[in-house]
Amino acid sequence: MENFDPNKTPKKQILSAQIDLSKFEKATDEEKRQQDVMSESTSFFKDGMRKLMKNPLAVLSIIVLLAVIITIIVAPMIVPYGYDEILSVNGKRDKGAKNLAPFTYSKAEQKFIDAGGTRFPHIMGTDEQCRDYFIRVIYGARISLVIGFFASIIVLIIGMIIGSISGYAGGRVDLILMRIVDIIYSLPDMLVIILLATVLNQTLSFPSGSALAKLGSNMISMFIVFGLLYWVGMARLIRGQILSIKENEYVLAARSIGAKPGWIIKKHILPNCLSVIIVSTALQIPSAIFTESYLSFIGLGVNAPMPSLGSLANSARQGLQTYPYKLIFPALMICLIVLSLNLLGDGLRDAFDPKLKR
Amino acid sequence: MSDILLEVKNLKQYFPVRTGLLRSKPLKAVDDVSFTIGRGETLGLVGESGCGKTTVGRTILRLYEPTAGEIIFDGEPVTAKNITHMRKQMQMVFQDPYSSLDPRMTVEDIIGEPLDVHQLYANRKERREKILELMATVGLNAEHATRYAHEFSGGQRQRIGIARALAVNPQFIVCDEPVSALDVSIQAQVINMFEELQEKLGVAYLFIAHDLLVVRHISKRIAVMYLGKIVEVADADELNENPQHPYTQSLLSAVPIPDPDVTRARKRIVLEGDVPSPLNMPTGCSFRTRCRYATEQCASQCPALTDRGDGHFVACWNK
Repeated sequence: MENFDPNKTPKKQILSAQIDLSKFEKATDEEKRQQDVMSESTSFFKDGMRKLMKNPLAVLSIIVLLAVIITIIVAPMIVPYGYDEILSVNGKRDKGAKNLAPFTYSKAEQKFIDAGGTRFPHIMGTDEQCRDYFIRVIYGARISLVIGFFASIIVLIIGMIIGSISGYAGGRVDLILMRIVDIIYSLPDMLVIILLATVLNQTLSFPSGSALAKLGSNMISMFIVFGLLYWVGMARLIRGQILSIKENEYVLAARSIGAKPGWIIKKHILPNCLSVIIVSTALQIPSAIFTESYLSFIGLGVNAPMPSLGSLANSARQGLQTYPYKLIFPALMICLIVLSLNLLGDGLRDAFDPKLKR
Repeated sequence: MSDILLEVKNLKQYFPVRTGLLRSKPLKAVDDVSFTIGRGETLGLVGESGCGKTTVGRTILRLYEPTAGEIIFDGEPVTAKNITHMRKQMQMVFQDPYSSLDPRMTVEDIIGEPLDVHQLYANRKERREKILELMATVGLNAEHATRYAHEFSGGQRQRIGIARALAVNPQFIVCDEPVSALDVSIQAQVINMFEELQEKLGVAYLFIAHDLLVVRHISKRIAVMYLGKIVEVADADELNENPQHPYTQSLLSAVPIPDPDVTRARKRIVLEGDVPSPLNMPTGCSFRTRCRYATEQCASQCPALTDRGDGHFVACWNK
């Protein structure tokens, strides 16, 4: 149509739908190029992350979480006190540094500073055993986050394996596995946790000095509790997802190609329920932190002198009226971590769950 | 090497359906079906919804375990043991191009999956070359390789599905209503491509459809199914001009003809009643409840497929 002469078009009838070419002008090269630009091919993850970054609450919670994580990594390097270190001045135990308020010094420390020495401030004061409280809260947050993270991973792995076997195999295997899940569901959580923690505390013993002994039997028993009890929800969720995904024709197509069940689960089914897995794992972390906190609060959590946010809150209870800040700091930390993880989980769900697309 | 590529003998596929707490009844989705397909030939399989066309296709590929009967491919029976090997020669194109492609995979991975499963390449470079060649065969551009299935139109998606089926270089492809989800102009493109591929590669098709015009265009022979049984098999032209079974006659009378004069002049054979439930099949000939010519013999005995000359097989008592 390059040499098309608009004047040669037949005269337009009044009722004709024919386009009057004289009213059009040719597109310039630049305009043509604009038409060529196709939208960038977006993968599922890029798309999800883009949506996540548009959610202000999710971004805020990512920032808060990053700040908390950086603090708990960096702070122990800066603060010159250990979490189980009883304060001393010039090699002498500082007996006056008991229950100090935030940013105050004991008499011995004040004397030391007056004499020209420098002393790192007690940002959150000290506890009744003359230990720096800030570093204890930081270590407590560390422990809580680590437990939350690893417990969720344990739950994820067990739940994913059992859920996908149950969902894909179906029939009798599904029936048996799901009845086991039902039984575990029907046990009262709290009772089992207390029982297990008490029993495991008595029976578990590790050679002193090993990594496991350092963690303490309480921490190990806590992981076992999570591994035994909390995978059921994840297993049910993943089973349900797989039941619906395996009805899709692309699974049948993969079978007709000659793919084995393991390949189909790995390549087709799990990637397609990834969004649900990500979201529920993200929401599992705060619930694990909460469980750890209340277990520590009732004295079944991490072993002393290792602090956790729950056990710090528990020991603060005794002097609550005189030293309220000792409860406020660890409680605030729990709130901050759990709230931001929950908000992040909600943001992830909005971004990755295709059913919630607006 | 004989001319017959695929032979299906007395294939039966029953699905148990629970009727009570412990009782179950067989649903006869495919009941005693036999046919053969020659090398590079197309057999069209038509019938209304729910008559077992798709089940036949899937059972041949052993996506379902057949209840009884034999499937012989290239002189070798297809069994559960050699099916992985057989799947290099038998492939399938699915009906719905939207659900038959994994939304999380790129086109390259979808087409490359059969190559991955059967380990048909030595290195990444060879894999990529093979995939690009397949994409060119079905008319897709090389730059489409890194895109996801949802970025394509229905016709393009079906091309991806066809490329996936061609990846292992099969001799036989089951086309399970490959065009019924596409609009008419795209249907023509895809069907022409099927024909070109047949000429170029010599593949045989079992072409399942419910559109008689499409089937007539592409097939050499056509089989008509009703309620899990084949009621008539004949060459495409013969079936069109001389349908013998009353069901085929009524099917053909319903095919729209784009000429109002012809349409007005011809008589439509309207079937009465509904298709009987496959759970509760009529005795004798399964079509007798809706047949105008039904006799007492039809109620007592089931007619077998008999040759009426020139390879025109009909399962009906009436001559």
